[in-house]
Amino acid sequence: MCEQSIEADTGFKQKYWLRSYWPFVIPALVVVLGVIIFPWLFTIWMSLNEWKVGSPTVFVGLANYLRLPNDPRFIEATWHTIAYTFLSVLLPLVLGTFAAVVFHQKFPLRGFLRGLFIMPMMATPVAIALVWTMMFNPQLGVLNYLLSLVGLPAQLWVFHPGTVIPSLVMVETWQWTPLVMLIVLGGLAAIPAEPYESARIDGASFWQMFRYITLPLITPFLFIAAMIRMIDAVKSFDIIFAITQGGPGTASETINLYLYSVAFVYYDIGYGSAIALVFFVLIVVLAAILLYLRQRMHWSEAGANA
Amino acid sequence: MSPRRILGKIALAFSVVIIVSPAILFFVWMVSLSIKPEVDNASYPPILIPDRLAWKNYAAVLTSNHFVTYFFNSLIVTGTATLFALAVGVPAGYGIARMRAHKSAIVILIARITPGLSYLIPLFLAFQWIGLLGTLWPQIIIHLVVTVPIVIWIMIGYFETTPMELEEAAIIDGATRWQVFRYVALPIARPGIAVAMILAVIFSWNNFVFGIVLASRETRTLPVAVYNMISFDQLSWGPLAAAALLVTFPVLLLTVFSQRQIVAGLTAGAVKGG
Repeated sequence: MCEQSIEADTGFKQKYWLRSYWPFVIPALVVVLGVIIFPWLFTIWMSLNEWKVGSPTVFVGLANYLRLPNDPRFIEATWHTIAYTFLSVLLPLVLGTFAAVVFHQKFPLRGFLRGLFIMPMMATPVAIALVWTMMFNPQLGVLNYLLSLVGLPAQLWVFHPGTVIPSLVMVETWQWTPLVMLIVLGGLAAIPAEPYESARIDGASFWQMFRYITLPLITPFLFIAAMIRMIDAVKSFDIIFAITQGGPGTASETINLYLYSVAFVYYDIGYGSAIALVFFVLIVVLAAILLYLRQRMHWSEAGANA
Repeated sequence: MSPRRILGKIALAFSVVIIVSPAILFFVWMVSLSIKPEVDNASYPPILIPDRLAWKNYAAVLTSNHFVTYFFNSLIVTGTATLFALAVGVPAGYGIARMRAHKSAIVILIARITPGLSYLIPLFLAFQWIGLLGTLWPQIIIHLVVTVPIVIWIMIGYFETTPMELEEAAIIDGATRWQVFRYVALPIARPGIAVAMILAVIFSWNNFVFGIVLASRETRTLPVAVYNMISFDQLSWGPLAAAALLVTFPVLLLTVFSQRQIVAGLTAGAVKGG
């Protein structure tokens, strides 16, 4: 509203004013066209062709897309991706919220400890993956030793089809809980002190305060965190590729890893491009579902209050 | 102090330990693996602190496998991609913020959502046609996919919060648009530029997926070099852990010393490429 009134005041001048900022944007525009827009358009074109390295290119229309529903490996990879993403959003969200509540309190060395806590997400994923691979080792790995200390049986971790996805999710959770923590911490900082003070006078417990004051107020931040986490988890590549390469067999092969194999191991560029596009659409759909849930919750909250 | 408050303090201390220990224990174990001789790394139950330290693990990494070459490759790729991103991204963030062209941020969002591999297929073919494969250029160019959106996104946010009064005053005094940017807006935006630069450096340095496709034997960056070590010297854990630590050490150092900027940048937009 404020912007509109300014525009109305100085309509002509405003136009000149705006246009004169274009030179600042043009270099970046060229770069974005080159490395983001061009690859996208080119990918759409390639996905409509039978395009293999070393053989002539043939226009095949939607044939690459029609291959997808009949490709068992793609279907399986889709389920792996959904399972992996669901767990990799849920666990960091729960743990990250807990960590944020803790880091919101005052205690000695808080800044330093927060620095240590965010190190996993900044560290080079491949280097991290390498050390986790050693820790997962069923014979010599430190994880099985830790399990034996508390009397639990040894696990095969990433070397067994049944436990590989949970094990990888554990690494992902370890790595990305800090990001959720930072986002939620930002939300906590924005909550005023008054509701807590009156709740304390009324004798509310810590849990009650969290459940009825903190949680509703940080919900928008939880959604942002869930959204970011979802986008990253779906695309997760480095950790999975470096630890299992999609194995054992194809037990941890997500769409992103399958895409890599199709495009850069089998060099089936056309089909790979089709997978890349469907994959992008899947991410957008998942993001839309999250937005829809947010909207619904918003409405039901408003309804409950009215 | 009431018993309830003491109990609360103990619960808090306990929670802090629970939360921070996975990160601490992991890095402690990483260091331990990297300084233990082969015998200790292969022993069960595992040994945390060995009797004698095996610094030769580090010597082995630094002298073999072209590690120094790969280090400089990483430095060149990350350095060039970051500097170039700052050169085009800072003015762009300024222009977008001043034109209030918020819809253009959609492109940044698309870049954020797109899996890194989707860029690789078309750009790989393009590099092949131009004949750039085998040099560092393909990696420098494709790392712009990571660095440019981070810089633009953070700078839009930053320039929106800087006050307009000074810039307006400078224009009334007869300064050109460029002079206003160069002498008024840019100096104020220095903290924002630092945030953008640190995040761009970290995410470019850490990038792995572009390298495995585009790097040849001589043009590997450090993450790719480390990954290749897994496949070849799988049996000796000491040097592997030492290499892993050396690769990620610069980033961890940056994290410790610029924690505030990283937190500010990540909570502002959380733009990560790749």
